[in-house]
Amino acid sequence: MALRFFGAAATVAVAVGMTASPALAVTEIQWWHAMTGPNNDVVVKLANDFNASQSDYKIVPTFKGSYADTLNAGIAAFRAGNAPGIMQVFEVGTATMMAAKGAIKPVSDLMKEQGEKFDPQSYLPAITGYYSTAKGEMLSFPFNSSSMVMWANLDALKKAGIDAPPKTWPEVFADAKKLHATSPTCGFSSSWITWGLIEQFSAWHNIPIGTKANGLDGFDTVLDFNNPLETKLLENLVELQKDKSYDYSGRTNTGEGRFTSGECALYMTSSAFYPNVKANAKFNYTAVPMPYFPDAKDAPQNSIIGGASLWVMGGKSSEEYKGIAKFFTFLSDTDRQVYLHEVSGYLPITKAAYDKTKASGFYEKNPILEVPLKELTNKPPTENSRGLRFGGMVQMRDVWSEEIEAALAGKKSAKDALDAAVSRGNQMLRQFERTATK
Amino acid sequence: MENRAIFPGRLLACLLVFPQLAVSLIFFYWPAAQALWQSFLVQDAFGLSTEFVWFENYVNLLKTPEYYHAIGTTFFFSLLVVFFSLAIGLLLAVMANRNIAGVQIYRTFLIIPYAVAPAVASVLFIFMFQPGLGMIARALQRNGIDWNPVLNGNHAMILIVIVAVWNQISYNFLFFLAGLQSIPKSVIEAAAIDGARPMRRFWTIVFPLLSPTTFFLIVVNITYAFFNTLGIIDTATEGGPNGSTSTLVYKVFLDGKAGSDLGGSAAQSVILMIIVVALTAVQFRYVEKKVHY
Repeated sequence: MALRFFGAAATVAVAVGMTASPALAVTEIQWWHAMTGPNNDVVVKLANDFNASQSDYKIVPTFKGSYADTLNAGIAAFRAGNAPGIMQVFEVGTATMMAAKGAIKPVSDLMKEQGEKFDPQSYLPAITGYYSTAKGEMLSFPFNSSSMVMWANLDALKKAGIDAPPKTWPEVFADAKKLHATSPTCGFSSSWITWGLIEQFSAWHNIPIGTKANGLDGFDTVLDFNNPLETKLLENLVELQKDKSYDYSGRTNTGEGRFTSGECALYMTSSAFYPNVKANAKFNYTAVPMPYFPDAKDAPQNSIIGGASLWVMGGKSSEEYKGIAKFFTFLSDTDRQVYLHEVSGYLPITKAAYDKTKASGFYEKNPILEVPLKELTNKPPTENSRGLRFGGMVQMRDVWSEEIEAALAGKKSAKDALDAAVSRGNQMLRQFERTATK
Repeated sequence: MENRAIFPGRLLACLLVFPQLAVSLIFFYWPAAQALWQSFLVQDAFGLSTEFVWFENYVNLLKTPEYYHAIGTTFFFSLLVVFFSLAIGLLLAVMANRNIAGVQIYRTFLIIPYAVAPAVASVLFIFMFQPGLGMIARALQRNGIDWNPVLNGNHAMILIVIVAVWNQISYNFLFFLAGLQSIPKSVIEAAAIDGARPMRRFWTIVFPLLSPTTFFLIVVNITYAFFNTLGIIDTATEGGPNGSTSTLVYKVFLDGKAGSDLGGSAAQSVILMIIVVALTAVQFRYVEKKVHY
């Protein structure tokens, strides 16, 4: 017992000695993230590489659970006065973060203050636009980005007598019916239901989800996605749901296994599904751009991103900010971006990294990884396709999903469901605007 | 006066009561008061702007149809969970209370599910009931039942009721078994000699004598169904589809966590607290009169 006590006392003494020693005055920077599995390894490797590259700063990554858990942990820590330096926040948390002036430090300000070389033009606008103000000032640093693509089981398509994966929505509907003959429980399905069917769909067809450039220009935005095109899409899906030619697979990506198991031959979900498909699909597969309605004027426009970005929290010491700025410069390095892109399947954030990957011939061997990039850069983004910024977006997605579910279950017409989704969403926006503008 | 004769001074009595009081104050009254205070505020997620709004959060809440829907869902869900978990728990307890070989083993196995966390239980059942993956879901589909809890609200409700009941049966079993064993054998034997058959003996003697246990379990099970099923719902259905499994406590959790609407969430938890206090009061006032101690 006595021994153990002395042991502990000695440890404390050593620890005290260490912090007091000037030779080891390393500034620690906490980085809270939500990456699991192989992507967690990527985060740890990035931190280790950065720490090894210099001796003044130490990035300490900590896994905090799901995206929502990480955001809540950050909010709780801020309220308790000990927020981390860097926080990974998913794209739909953007409005919540940017509304919290004083709690965050915009990345463009940080880079300017710390004198780090930083050119907003060198980043892919389709990615940074989501995380920038209307004036183009970057608020957070894009970390892991993906977009939505249509995954196709080529063997099953052939069996059903379909030559090539569908390009347009009418082709998807027709193919789903043909596939139904060979797979009665599911022809076509999709994950991330509101991200795909509302958010991406609107951007891809260059139609607004809400006013004020989908909320990017102000919190007084009003939702208006209950338009004829959106209604047409949902009506068709409701019709196909009746015999399971289309079959709903839930709000998040829990249904993705239905593609890799071969049950659903057409499956619309994130491009980040790639490593999973590669590991588990026992058939010939490919990914193609999202379908569009050919009678829509501007379609296809460009897709928007999903994923997460790194937010810098406010109220930190200038030493810490210096370290964070250096870390972001480190992350922007072209070779590092190329490496990250090829190893994780997430998208590169700089133009140079995209060009370099292209020049290396990587996409000829891995064409699927270029599909989301082609979608994102298909046309210069318009105010309908730069991204979206709605307060309370995390819960808003649940509300929209509820209404889509009501329509698919036959409890409401497609139009009624979309009207309800819009009006319930607008109530949430007004509540958010009230707390955000003060 | 008599009580005071036992403790010489007030000091000792106060000291003895203090730990329990402190626990109640710190873990119940203080957070409850915080919730009450929060329910009068409109605040952003980070707590940077705060406005005192009196009863506005409550008024907004009572204006949303989804809230009334959640109240209905909660009562329906609780009724099903309390009834089935008590009925099955009692049935198993009666069966295990007989003198059969290996009775200790049966009893132990019947108690084990209580050690499984609700969220874990939920995951186990998701594996069995997931359309396209689960063996039970597949069996149902093979037999022509279009089992689809992702889109069919009734199926989702059945799923969470099954998980919630399964998780609670062991607890009820344990208390019923203890209750049964405390019933004097002589009473039952006397009835048997008088010619009463097992069913009649159960309903006229055993069941009434079990009433203190049953009453206690009803109170505990209602609280369980109202509050502790949060983890089950979150892992199994996330309140969906279309809000059909969104109970009051799940809405508190969702609006507070996903919605960062702390004021609205606090208002909901205050109302929920009032409902449960009222329910328990009614039970003690009226139902308890029928209990034979």
